[in-house]
Amino acid sequence: MQIFDIYLLEALINGILLGGVLALLALGLNLIFGVIDVVWICYAELIMIGMYAIYFLFTVYHLPFPLAALIAVAAVGALGALLHYLVIEPLLNAAPINQLLATGGVLFFLQSAATVAFGIDFRNAGIRLPVLNVAEMYISYARLLAFGAALVAMVVVYLFLTRTYIGTAIRAIAQDRQIMPLMGVDSRRVYFVTSAVGGALAGLAATLLVLQYDVHPFVGLSFGPITFMICVLGGLGNMIGGFVAAFIFAEIISLGGLYSDLEWGYVLAFAFFIVMMFVRPQGLLARRS
Amino acid sequence: MLELKSVGAGYSAFQALFDISLDVRHGEAVAVIGPNGAGKTTLMRVISGLIRPQKGAIAFEGRDLALTPAHRIVELGIAHVPENRRLFARMTVEDNLRMGAFMPAARARFRQRLDFVFDLFPRLRERRDQIAGTMSGGEQQMCAIGRALMSEPKLLLLDEPSAGLAPVIVQQVFDLVRRIRSGGLTVLIVEQNVQQVLKVVDRAYLLEAGGIRTAGTSAELLESKSIREAYLGV
Repeated sequence: MQIFDIYLLEALINGILLGGVLALLALGLNLIFGVIDVVWICYAELIMIGMYAIYFLFTVYHLPFPLAALIAVAAVGALGALLHYLVIEPLLNAAPINQLLATGGVLFFLQSAATVAFGIDFRNAGIRLPVLNVAEMYISYARLLAFGAALVAMVVVYLFLTRTYIGTAIRAIAQDRQIMPLMGVDSRRVYFVTSAVGGALAGLAATLLVLQYDVHPFVGLSFGPITFMICVLGGLGNMIGGFVAAFIFAEIISLGGLYSDLEWGYVLAFAFFIVMMFVRPQGLLARRS
Repeated sequence: MLELKSVGAGYSAFQALFDISLDVRHGEAVAVIGPNGAGKTTLMRVISGLIRPQKGAIAFEGRDLALTPAHRIVELGIAHVPENRRLFARMTVEDNLRMGAFMPAARARFRQRLDFVFDLFPRLRERRDQIAGTMSGGEQQMCAIGRALMSEPKLLLLDEPSAGLAPVIVQQVFDLVRRIRSGGLTVLIVEQNVQQVLKVVDRAYLLEAGGIRTAGTSAELLESKSIREAYLGV
């Protein structure tokens, strides 16, 4: 019984650590959807590109990891802005289904482009972080680091959205896009900045995930579906809802995995999602009144 | 100060304004009155750049507004309080006012402008951290006007500021227009409440079916038989 309690506590803690990273994943997608009203289906593929960026910068070109991470965050941020400029902006007034199809097309484009450029090999950045042994529990240092960085990033995003003029404009434009010119705000610029921030968050997620996972062209499939489910469960576009939902999912995965394989944790999480879609289709916290 | 010459404007499906010529001189308060659907709101929008004129010319202090990007018009000194206030309902009063001071010149003077607006509306000072959408209609109207004043405009466009407000609050709104005027601000106001608005403005235009039917000083319009019958109910 004593042993079991330790495992349970370990699973709970690992769930919290996983929740931080999932919350970071959801934050970027929610920001884009909440502000621009467009779902980036290809969000996880931006993360994949970021993971490749770090792999090459750090493992192949031997840049220090913090510098590689910084470049990756900036590069994926630029990619997010480019995605907005090339794909989203021309479709801003198009039907939502067309926007979905377009970003879905970008998903396959990025996957295929990565396959052509890098092959289908699984690549590992080769960073071996220790596993901490705390009170007979095993806590992954990589997860702890990812959790800490994700929390810091979320605080920074919060301060950015509440304490700066452009951040206030990002929140305002989500409520009333039409009158933004009356405030002297160039909506195109605000969307551009939002997309760059969303992309940079994907880049940050990449730097944290590359510590734990191999990179390959289809790695986005490991994070994409769960990120969407978290956002939908929390109420699409609701950043606080996404934060709560991320921890719920993470605990289900972590505790569910405790009783058998880790895969069972995911099965339970997806089953929970389906049930919740019947119970609360609008999400835990509805996005708009 | 503001001059419209033969302006035509509308939306993709239909034209709302035909051949509008109108001018507002520095320091004046001018009203645009008329029935629902006459194009009053469209007129305000075409001045502030929310929609662009299809014909004619709009000049503000010698600048061609039709050539100015919409988000730069406020920098020239035109602030527009839109119909239905259009506050950012889920943001605080202070955040709303901050949005009104978004342009770089206003940011630098944010503290001073905030004090100015709070002195004008002490109620907003008390409620600066309240979510704007939870305030009463009158308070929301004050917040909307305060937001426009944050940019330190030369010309204030007010679109139906009394709509949907209780009579006692309507009175306060018109008192406020008087006070704003006495501070040297030029005001162009659209109103359904003809009786009240003619008491606070110098001149007015009557807009019907997208065209200006008549214009004159407040006194002339108050005397006019057709206006008295159609809009004052006497």
